[in-house]
Amino acid sequence: MKVGIPSEISPNELRVAATPKTVKRLQKQGFEVYIQHNAGVKANFSDKDFEEAGAKIVSTPAEIYGQSDIVLKVKEPSMEEVNLMKEGLVMLSYLWPAQNQELLQKLADKKVNAIAMDAIPRISRAQKMDVLSSMANIAGYRAVIEGSYHFGRFLNGQITAAGKVEPAKVLVIGAGVAGLAALGAANSLGAIVRAFDTRKEVAEQIQSMGGEFLTVEIEEDGATSSGYSKEMSKEFIEAEMKLFFEQAKEVDIVITTAQIPGRPAPKLWLDYHVAAMKPGSVIVDLAASSGGNCVETRNGEVYTTPNGVTIVGKLNQLPSQASQLYGNNLCHLLDDMGKAEKWKIDMEDAVVSRAMVTHNGKINWPPAPLPVSPTAGGAVKAVPPTAEEVKISDAEKAKKETTSMFIRLAVVGALLFFVGKFAPAEFIQHFTVFVLAVFVGWQLIANVAHSLHTPLMAVTNAISGIIVVGGLLQTTDDLSNPMTILAFIAILVASINIVGGFVVTHRMLKMFKK
Amino acid sequence: MFIAKEIQTAAYLFASILFILSLGGLSSQESAKRGVYYGIIGMIVAIIATVLGQEVSGHIYIIAAISVASVIGLLLARKVEMTSMPQLVAILHSFVGLAAVLVGFGSYLDPETQALHGAAHMIHLVEVFIGIFIGAITLTGSIIAWGKLDGKVPSKPWSFKGLQTMNLLLLSACIILGVFFCKAEGTGGMLYLGIMTAIASFIGVVLVMAIGGGDMPVVVSMLNSYSGWAASAAGFMLGNDLLIVTGALVGSSGAILSMHMCHAMNRSFFSVIFASGSGNGSGGEKKAIEGEVTSLNHEEVSVLLKEARSVVIVPGYGMAVAKAQYPIYDMVQTLRKAGKNVRFAIHPVAGRLPGHMNVLLAEANVPYDIVMEMDEINDDMPNTDVVMVIGANDVVNPSAQDDPASSIYGMPVIEAWKAEKVIIMKRSMSAGYSGEDNPLFYKPNSEMLYGDAKASVEKIMSFLKV
Repeated sequence: MKVGIPSEISPNELRVAATPKTVKRLQKQGFEVYIQHNAGVKANFSDKDFEEAGAKIVSTPAEIYGQSDIVLKVKEPSMEEVNLMKEGLVMLSYLWPAQNQELLQKLADKKVNAIAMDAIPRISRAQKMDVLSSMANIAGYRAVIEGSYHFGRFLNGQITAAGKVEPAKVLVIGAGVAGLAALGAANSLGAIVRAFDTRKEVAEQIQSMGGEFLTVEIEEDGATSSGYSKEMSKEFIEAEMKLFFEQAKEVDIVITTAQIPGRPAPKLWLDYHVAAMKPGSVIVDLAASSGGNCVETRNGEVYTTPNGVTIVGKLNQLPSQASQLYGNNLCHLLDDMGKAEKWKIDMEDAVVSRAMVTHNGKINWPPAPLPVSPTAGGAVKAVPPTAEEVKISDAEKAKKETTSMFIRLAVVGALLFFVGKFAPAEFIQHFTVFVLAVFVGWQLIANVAHSLHTPLMAVTNAISGIIVVGGLLQTTDDLSNPMTILAFIAILVASINIVGGFVVTHRMLKMFKK
Repeated sequence: MFIAKEIQTAAYLFASILFILSLGGLSSQESAKRGVYYGIIGMIVAIIATVLGQEVSGHIYIIAAISVASVIGLLLARKVEMTSMPQLVAILHSFVGLAAVLVGFGSYLDPETQALHGAAHMIHLVEVFIGIFIGAITLTGSIIAWGKLDGKVPSKPWSFKGLQTMNLLLLSACIILGVFFCKAEGTGGMLYLGIMTAIASFIGVVLVMAIGGGDMPVVVSMLNSYSGWAASAAGFMLGNDLLIVTGALVGSSGAILSMHMCHAMNRSFFSVIFASGSGNGSGGEKKAIEGEVTSLNHEEVSVLLKEARSVVIVPGYGMAVAKAQYPIYDMVQTLRKAGKNVRFAIHPVAGRLPGHMNVLLAEANVPYDIVMEMDEINDDMPNTDVVMVIGANDVVNPSAQDDPASSIYGMPVIEAWKAEKVIIMKRSMSAGYSGEDNPLFYKPNSEMLYGDAKASVEKIMSFLKV
């Protein structure tokens, strides 16, 4: 089967749907790879790199769309591009099906089987193909870098000979993949990091990335079964705005990442928030392309407000890195669909059936809902016992333990009594020694390091060769006495054990060193 | 030259103290070597004090036996490879078992003890009987353990339905024989004693046959414990306190070691020893494994390693089999020179002998401060870039934590799957000793690297050096 990769025609799109690495992977999966001339130039991949990786270079998009069985793209195709496509072609790209009804219709009319990479359901199995996650990861990282560039101060606190530098305070709004990536990046640059999210379940994730979780004191959880947040009540939003206002006076960099699929981004950072910020502060709006979370964001621009706040509305996509991750996502999806050999469009499959937005001339959008959130629909938690119940059960347990201890002691005592009554004095003496030695052995070994178990065993083994004493006591001068023969063999094997055991332990211990 | 009974007793006390110090010394790396010397001195003191005692005769034979044995022991211990250490330890245990059996028979034949009367005589006979019983089990059990470890006996558990019942019947038969034996006059009980020895030997075989290769560390340490009890029993029949004390020390320390290990596998001691099914699986539906197994080649692995900052290596029995510890340490040194944080993570029951992996790594000169225990390293797993699992399987099986139907559910495991990337070096897709499929292999962040561990590591090294 042939896989084709056209150049991206949009001047703003720097990425490409394959890199030399993913080309190799595609070939491993059994595909023949064709790539358009200069497709990777903007992402720093030359035709030569692709050729070396085994792809064939093709000069026009018409050849790609006309000859390939599968086309890999980044940005949604233009109408002209769709016109070039042949019937039955499988096309993988971003499509934004909710906004692009017309495009979907056109694709369906051309009987193109289009997979919208942005419509891959957010379930565990599909994580490896989730382009929104992989791209959001890059965006989050880049947001911190851009923000720090425009901020013009250190992010970490320092005490230098030239004076003390305060650490910068970064606020991240929305702790999705992008938000968490931003948290991590800002944290490792040394900033004080805070994050806000309406979903309570992400508090732990925020803390794990080194951020402080900000929340409002209203009982309302923003989690939905689709993995995105829902819109909140009026009271909640008011409290949220108040919290942001307090933060605005304090923080140096704000990174907003809140997006709702298929709809304009929610306005979270209003004019009075911007006005409250210190001059020199920065807002990086990752939702700029869908309208912006900040009211003053200008898409595709970096703009400074009259009070000196820089608002970043465009982001370098790290095209080389992004292409690599995007290409990997595509490879994983092709992997899942059976590779070249067992290629199959399985409309029963939970991932394919939802991402395949046009199939055999029909539009397959919107898909059936699919619950995913880690807690939603999850296991019913066992009700933890109250403190009182715990107390009672503890008391009962202690009581039971005491009784059973008494019973045990009584049994042991009785046994010892019988031993004392019937056994001769000599036996009692030996028995005493025996029992005490057992306890000593027990205590000795209780704290041995795992790494010394083998030497310990070898040494105890050597020591158990003490049975040689038994043989020694039994030897007589008379070799015809069977007892002497038995004793002789006993001494022989026990001594092998002693010498072997000690030597081998010593050898082992010699090897251990720091 | 003979020494008085009192002096002999004092020497025995000294030897006992030395043995206690010896075991105590073995509890930390720093004092371990001293521990061995204590043991050796204790043993020498004990033997000399015994030989010089008034009851001993036949010195010629004693000296002959000890010299021959010393040569054999030295050769054995010098020659053995570290990878076959478990076999050596197992076979040495069988020697103690054999000696205990022989001493038991000898004591029964001893005209002095036959002169005993009443309760003392009865107790002595019981002591002989029990001593031989334990000795015989230790003897054959250790031989089977040796065979399993050496690959001469299939390491798969060999068991059948009525096994437990049969063992119980055999045990009762021994008790009945014991009653007859105690009633017999003179040395007339010899026949009963012989039959009992045969039965006990058979029990030893069956007992160890029923235990799988994965549980071998517990078995070896349990046999170690038995050999101690056998020595202790011999001490009772000879009225020798040194034997009693030393045997009890070894016996109880071996027992607690076994229990430690069972604890590490989250199994009850009895379920391991009597091979009564495996583990705590609550039955029920097993979790279906989702995902797909993906594999890498050596070059790709070397690239991953070059890019990683923190690497953890989880070795298992596969490393021992392939003798891969040397090339692995070469690789570790190369990576550490490149400024990476490389550590080893050892599961308490990895390998076929307690502490097996530590010994092998020590043999390859791996410093012990980069060899971590499971509990020390699990918290670091989320911050680890690459985990290399080399010839280990069950000890990194996530089912132990999330699948109550799994037979290893509840066993503490190394949480390899929490790392960024997991590379599993393995000969094939077969299951580990528990027979459990490992969902780790199917996780999206794990990659297989098939092949012999040693060859694979060497190949990775060749790419790393480029």
